[in-house]
Amino acid sequence: MNTKKKFNLSLGQLTIPIIAILILVVFNLIRDPSFFSIGITQNNDGNSVLSGNLITVINGASELAILAMGMTLVTAACGGQDISVGAAAAIAGSAFVKILKSGDSISVGTVILAFLFACVVAMIFGAFNGTLVAVFKIQPMIATLILYTCGRSIAYWINGGATPTVQSSIITAIGGFIPGIPVPTPVLIVVIVAIIFKLVFHFTSLEILTQSVGINGSAARLNGINSTFIKLLSFIILGVCVAVAGCIGVSRLGLINHETLLIDIEMDTILAVAIGGNNLGGGKFKISGSIIGAYVIQMLTITLYAMKVSSTDVKAYKAIVIILLVVIGSPVVKAKFEKLMTKLRSGKAKETVKGAE
Amino acid sequence: MKEDVLLTMRHIEKRFPGVLALNDVDFTLRKGEIHALMGENGAGKSTLIKILTGVYQMDGGEVTIEGTPISIHSPQDAQNNGISTVYQEITLCPNLTVAENMFIGREDSAWIRHKDYEKRADEILEKLGIPTRGVTQLGRCSLAIQQMVAIARAVDMKCKVLILDEPTSSLDDKEVNMLFKLMRDLKAQGVGIIFVTHFLEQVYEVSDRITVLRNGELVGEYPVEQLPQVELVAKMIGKSLDELSNLGEKNEKAAEKNDVFYEAESLSSSQALPFNFKIHKGEVNGFTGLLGSGRSESVRAIFGADKINGGTVKIKGENVKITRPIDAMKHGIGYLAEDRKRDGIIAELSVRENIILALQVMNGFFKPISRSESEAFADEYIKVLNIKTASRETPVGSLSGGNQQKVILARWLLTHPDYLILDEPTRGIDVGTKLEIQKLVLKLAEDGVSVTFISSEVEEMLRTCSRLIVMRDRHVVGELKGDDLNQAQVMKTIAGGEA
Repeated sequence: MNTKKKFNLSLGQLTIPIIAILILVVFNLIRDPSFFSIGITQNNDGNSVLSGNLITVINGASELAILAMGMTLVTAACGGQDISVGAAAAIAGSAFVKILKSGDSISVGTVILAFLFACVVAMIFGAFNGTLVAVFKIQPMIATLILYTCGRSIAYWINGGATPTVQSSIITAIGGFIPGIPVPTPVLIVVIVAIIFKLVFHFTSLEILTQSVGINGSAARLNGINSTFIKLLSFIILGVCVAVAGCIGVSRLGLINHETLLIDIEMDTILAVAIGGNNLGGGKFKISGSIIGAYVIQMLTITLYAMKVSSTDVKAYKAIVIILLVVIGSPVVKAKFEKLMTKLRSGKAKETVKGAE
Repeated sequence: MKEDVLLTMRHIEKRFPGVLALNDVDFTLRKGEIHALMGENGAGKSTLIKILTGVYQMDGGEVTIEGTPISIHSPQDAQNNGISTVYQEITLCPNLTVAENMFIGREDSAWIRHKDYEKRADEILEKLGIPTRGVTQLGRCSLAIQQMVAIARAVDMKCKVLILDEPTSSLDDKEVNMLFKLMRDLKAQGVGIIFVTHFLEQVYEVSDRITVLRNGELVGEYPVEQLPQVELVAKMIGKSLDELSNLGEKNEKAAEKNDVFYEAESLSSSQALPFNFKIHKGEVNGFTGLLGSGRSESVRAIFGADKINGGTVKIKGENVKITRPIDAMKHGIGYLAEDRKRDGIIAELSVRENIILALQVMNGFFKPISRSESEAFADEYIKVLNIKTASRETPVGSLSGGNQQKVILARWLLTHPDYLILDEPTRGIDVGTKLEIQKLVLKLAEDGVSVTFISSEVEEMLRTCSRLIVMRDRHVVGELKGDDLNQAQVMKTIAGGEA
């Protein structure tokens, strides 16, 4: 009985995002069953790869999903959001390209070095945001507004005002497919990042410490928790996510455009966290919710495109669906729903009693 | 007699998942009566009050005001029916003025006329004898005045029923007397007052009638003069006091012979003036003094909870540096904070997570306590301390105050401290749990744990401590032990009178 209860509870937070995904799936099935057809096609490099709308959704949401994981942690610890992830990803992407272009040819070693450099750069900017929030106690949104405003200018400087391109089969493989593997590489990277998060939660006490800081900072401090460190750490971890997302973005196109790389993704990221049932005011969190949230957003976008909605109109339609999701997920509606459920349940219980008589 | 009845609640029933919080409870309030609602934590007092104020909806029963049945679905409904509440925590806005606080949300026109409000506020305050003015910023008033302003607001809203939920728990004696005078004045005006408190003496000082609840059921309603204090306690906990007060002998003699565990010399923090302090292994001592005398600030300095300014600290004779809570914890010190809600519980986390928190922090970032291990710990302490919770995964915020306190106690006991500081561990919790905690303190001392105990109730400290450090105006003004440990001597030292 105990386990059953736990199961119910954990379902609570994920109910809405899962239902949202299911509704989108059913809607698409009715609209056009071929939406889900997955085929195997030959790509330009002659590899056999998976293709279809569903693959496009899962692949396209990769950066969003990775950023949403990091954002969940920042949200939980600081009770606020980082709105500079898009700009920071442009910086990380630029740093990535800078190293790639520094030598004559691009080997696997260069790519790893470039990625590590991008990570360090993004972690430093994350630490900058984190210091403003954790040490100087500035509201996260205000603190990250600084980097949001100037981040793409910094990327512009790193790129020397140009949009350098990278020609390498390795980069194409990261942004597309590794020869012999039919699954898009970004999807694999999402899986790896998710597993790393899982491992971090398993081998460290990050989860309970972050939640404690987010729920009651004062009590956390008196229990010996260094909340400044935890908040800073959450921003640094988000920094790593930003670097990964930035590198994927660059690899997809084979170039860094500081103006357009992952543009406006910060809002979708925050939305993914919210749709995932996480409290934007901090405290308890579920990374899995945010991941599902990211796929909900992407699925919605692709569905609209598949319905031939023009790209300018897509935003308006997206807004409508998101309003619905957020309202349904709000505490007010949840409470009403629970009340209804208990009423139904007690009604059923009475019926069975009557039946027994 | 009949026409005097102001409010009746009949056959009230309230269910929570898995619990019957109120079972067929009756309550009657008459005009011009101060009616104490008594019971242990979890007895159903808060639930009953919340039904009356529209926070909860009852599952069965009937509420009438002056004979007319009413239904209360929201706090607004309650207010419209003349029911007002002043909570333990002040729910006004400290950054607004007293007048604004009194009229906020009930402006009669779209324009706020500050001058009018201030004038009306001054009139009401004067009539009620509340020593503040409408223009004063509320945050600048003492807690007692803030509470009285909340009451004045309620009274001005033509309330017939005034509910005071633990109004005195953060007031000193003088302020309590001011509040009681105000309560008596209102009573004379025909207001019915429901008074919820844990302070037994106060019940007898001001109430006319007592209704006792236990485990969600009505025990009875009694005129105050027909229910001696001992019987009240017995009715609340369902046992006789004699069997409970049998706490066992203090081990004062033994402790003095033990080694000194902790010693501080002119320790000071941003909140505490320099003071000297030491405690032996297995000793129970206490800081006493009025609120604001510096007793909490001193123990916070020992734990490194505030910024440390100076002083030397020795643990087992060796110089150590304690500037942050984690330092103190590593040296085997635990600290149960005065403000349970603000500094103690992590409300949304489960009982289990709250219990393991301090141990987890001490274990370090890279040594998480496994799920099965933490479950075992939680189960053990839920059993040992008799914590009443639906399951170990219940969020701790949904437990009653006394059980929350036990969870925090469990948290520190799990770290197996050598020295435990308990700041007001028994505040706002029921008599039964109080005695359990006192017993626990003495048991810990027997096992060689040093304990510093702070309580507003001198009697409780006399019962547990073998040495009392008395503070006044942020200075240590005396140390009492042996034969000097009696109420009169403590009072005299606190007050600063000559022997």
